[in-house]
Amino acid sequence: MCGTENRFVEEIDYGTPAVKSDKTVTLTVDGQSVTVPEGTSIMRAAREAGVTVPKLCANDMVKSFGSCRLCLVEIEGRNGTPASCTTPAADGISVSTKTDRLNAIRRGVMELYMSDHPADCAACAAGDCEMAHMAETVGLSQNRYGMDGANHLAPAADDHGINFKELDVSNPYFAYDPAKCIVCSLCVRACEEQQGTFALTVEGRGFESRITAGMDEPFLQSECVSCGACVQACPTGALQEKSVIEIGMPDHSEVTTCAYCGVGCSFKAEMKGEEVVRMVPYKDGKANRGHSCVKGRFAYGYATHKDRILNPMIREKISDPWREVTWDEAYAHVASEFRRIQHQYGRGAVGGITSSRCTNEETYLVQKLVRQGFGNNNVDTCARVCHSPTGYGLKTTFGTSAGTQDFDSVEEADVVLIIGANPTDGHPVFASRLKKRLREGAKLIIVDPRRIDLVRMPHVEASYHLPLRPGTNVAVLTALAHVIVSEGLFDEAFVRERCDWDEFQDWASFVLQPENSPEAVEKASGVPAELIRGAARLYATGGNSAIYYGLGVTEHSQGSTTVMAIANLAMATGNLGRPGVGVNPLRGQNNVQGACDMGSFPHELPGYRHISEDATRAIYESLWGVKLDDEPGLRIPNMLDAAVEGSFKALYVQGEDILQSDPNTHHVAAGLEAMECVVVHDLFLNETANYAHVFLPGSTFLEKDGTFTNAERRINRVRKVMEPKNGFADWQVTQEMARAMGRDDWNYTHPSEIMDEIAATTPSFAGVTYDLLDREGSVQWPCNEKAPTGTPVMHIGGFVRGKGKFVRTAYVATDEKVGPRFPLLLTTGRILSQYNVGAQTRRTENVVWHDEDLLEIHPFDAENRGIRDADWVKLKSRSGETSLRARITERVAPGVVYTTFHHPATQANVVTTEYSDWATNCPEYKVTAVEVSPSNGPTEWQEDYDAHAKKSRRIVHVEAAE
Amino acid sequence: MSHDKKFNSGKQHLVYMANQIATFFTSQPGDEAAENVADHINKFWEPRMRRHLFEIIERGGDGLSPLVLKAADSIRRPQAA
Ligand code: SF4
Ligand code: SF4
Ligand code: FES
Repeated sequence: MCGTENRFVEEIDYGTPAVKSDKTVTLTVDGQSVTVPEGTSIMRAAREAGVTVPKLCANDMVKSFGSCRLCLVEIEGRNGTPASCTTPAADGISVSTKTDRLNAIRRGVMELYMSDHPADCAACAAGDCEMAHMAETVGLSQNRYGMDGANHLAPAADDHGINFKELDVSNPYFAYDPAKCIVCSLCVRACEEQQGTFALTVEGRGFESRITAGMDEPFLQSECVSCGACVQACPTGALQEKSVIEIGMPDHSEVTTCAYCGVGCSFKAEMKGEEVVRMVPYKDGKANRGHSCVKGRFAYGYATHKDRILNPMIREKISDPWREVTWDEAYAHVASEFRRIQHQYGRGAVGGITSSRCTNEETYLVQKLVRQGFGNNNVDTCARVCHSPTGYGLKTTFGTSAGTQDFDSVEEADVVLIIGANPTDGHPVFASRLKKRLREGAKLIIVDPRRIDLVRMPHVEASYHLPLRPGTNVAVLTALAHVIVSEGLFDEAFVRERCDWDEFQDWASFVLQPENSPEAVEKASGVPAELIRGAARLYATGGNSAIYYGLGVTEHSQGSTTVMAIANLAMATGNLGRPGVGVNPLRGQNNVQGACDMGSFPHELPGYRHISEDATRAIYESLWGVKLDDEPGLRIPNMLDAAVEGSFKALYVQGEDILQSDPNTHHVAAGLEAMECVVVHDLFLNETANYAHVFLPGSTFLEKDGTFTNAERRINRVRKVMEPKNGFADWQVTQEMARAMGRDDWNYTHPSEIMDEIAATTPSFAGVTYDLLDREGSVQWPCNEKAPTGTPVMHIGGFVRGKGKFVRTAYVATDEKVGPRFPLLLTTGRILSQYNVGAQTRRTENVVWHDEDLLEIHPFDAENRGIRDADWVKLKSRSGETSLRARITERVAPGVVYTTFHHPATQANVVTTEYSDWATNCPEYKVTAVEVSPSNGPTEWQEDYDAHAKKSRRIVHVEAAE
Repeated sequence: MSHDKKFNSGKQHLVYMANQIATFFTSQPGDEAAENVADHINKFWEPRMRRHLFEIIERGGDGLSPLVLKAADSIRRPQAA
């Protein structure tokens, strides 16, 4: 099958970044002729001609600096020996890179460097030190200086070691050993240019110059966000992954895709045997272009965490301890229970939940199991709780349920409007790419109740921040449209050509109504009318304008309306159908897009085709040999309602923790408790598993083949680099379940065969095969005859639905209102180092950055309530109450409080309400009226819950369980 | 727990959701609001929910907006359970 023949993925370092230019120049390097875009360095031109020039202080991710003097070359007819990394290639020049003179200079340079380089450098020994490599390349064999002079190596008794700095191991994932640092400043440039954090500086001059983090602090205390870019850039092993120091150098690697957020970064998983040594961002990864964040780069330790469950388990009652069983017993048990329940309570009494963390192939199989095997459409996904309004809103207006651009597009944006998203925390690699563009001069508008980091941070300052009251997105967006229409800033030619003109006119008359004017909206939203006017003008007239949005848009009772309001703005201003513009949902989990694409919703078959369409059902009916139900099935909240009513009895949950991620925890718990067979298929005994009767161990992304689809519709390969610790990839487990239920037509031997079935039945995936993905690296759907290598930008020249549709977006205030008992508005979000419900990140060293959820509260509100920073407070809403610690900050406006939901002990969803989006029932997480008061510690519910969780996690180990 | 829930029953919740849908389509131009409400409910509500909705309507439609009542004729009747 998938012969995992061990390979090591090598990438070429061209020395300096690629340059874009219409003009080219032609030169010769060591006799080779080469043509490059004007402005390209000689170093890069040489590499393109196949000539590698020695270097230490340059790489192709950051601008060159010219400090090491190793890369010198000679140019015919010019004096001296210029540095090839900083000298641009010119037409007709002839460059030599290997003369005796150059060799002698280089040897001298390396001799000096090596005299101040520790003889016992672990990186040298491990083969991961460019210093050793360069010394060898230039033929350095002796060191005439010895180690006795002034150096950086040790705290000497005399003052030779004045420049010695202590090893810094404060960061959990990498160490900084100043003794090995040659002050080439690659790390400083990586932190500035790639990451955009500006945490590092070169202090001092000449021999005294040192690299320092923050205000000369340990890395962990500085602004460093642990993205790892500096570690990757460091040529000497001064900055080194601790895992490399501990395990040694990797011996094989594969390109794979991060399993955390919707950016979907490509990584090289570098392995030693069955162990991950490190994850290195892959330069050819089209989502991340060689960059990463702390989660993908470092937080993979959960894969081998001791909490992982590796054997299947069952129990009669949820109050019983777990009993380990064999896989066959587990499958047989599930099959007989599901059969019994369907017999007893009806075909519709069972269902399944797919995961936006699992692969497309796995998701496809779960919905197939439900539709074909269970014979109903009771399949849903946790994507419901984040982006279902995106699906509805964009399908209605544009005709397809997806973002319009690729991430590269941001490089051509002139104005970026961010609403309800916090990219530096939620989508860090996209944020880095955005910040790079902002430093080049693009303008930024932020619409968010909180003063998120991007409002103002080093080298970034938003032109406008509209700090709206939670729940008023639609009002503010419609007011932006009001300004655009009333001031004639819309793109009439675009609208006439691409959209329905009558609908536009109706919409225009609607947005012009006085209640939609900025002045009127100011009252509801709290945003000064002038800010709305200014932002609207900038968005409409600033050049290429792109909108990026997140869960702050969708998780509202008007989530779908908000998405349509965004689409209206983009259509009215002609900001669609080319690079640099568009409507871009930032997806939460890695495979939210894929889970939606794969038919996870109860009313839709793969490719967003409604279950009532006869022709679509016919495709699957003939392939699967069954009659499909033409009625929409139960959504997650309906399953829970039906369970409480007694008509829904069994559920298969793959890779999701609905108890923690779905709103109104009490209701979810009651629903699960009412079921007779809950099957949880996951890595850990998650919170939902406290209510489960069967536990099937899951596998991590490192242990299986498959694909994830990121927020730009990009289908990226996930490649298996180690054997599943639990024995089976998730798709195999689903297949065995199906077979135990009598579906012996399930005979997939590799996920590529599942993708073939997807392609054969889904028009937007028609051209996708694993061969194509291996060849192209990745493709963005639609990928079919018309677009054989995929579609980076959608709606070019026209919309998928034909004419773009303008939709009236009347603002309806949420019924979740503040009042005397609940005077504050709670909104929720996430932070950089943790991910979603935290099941993975909490099981890594990332907890050093966030070991508990905190409640952000404005000093004014805190003082009124006698709350001091770090006090325990009680957070209470109509639905419930919980306790956590307070953080007093002006990031939130008075009247607004904010928390994350990464830790189960906090149970933030105990307080969120049962309100939801009108169209899709995506829960309204972002607005809850609450009161905050001082408290002594966890609430009774938290303590009860904790006790219940402990009790329900007991396992009785059976000797013979093989 | 003694918290005041917004919805004391699943039916109340259903009425609320139906009215939310009606509110959206009322705001749209044209005179097809009732058809649009029915279409939305047919597309997204599973039979059990529609059955409950009809039960509410048959018992007088307490709390339902007039537009939902008007749409009822075009909402697909689920087959008997
Ligand atoms: S890890 Fe990233 S943020 Fe931290 S210093 Fe290095 S480049 Fe900067
Ligand atoms: S979590 Fe997101 S941004 Fe970070 S490495 Fe993974 S995909 Fe990239
Ligand atoms: S690589 Fe050019 S001077 Fe260092």
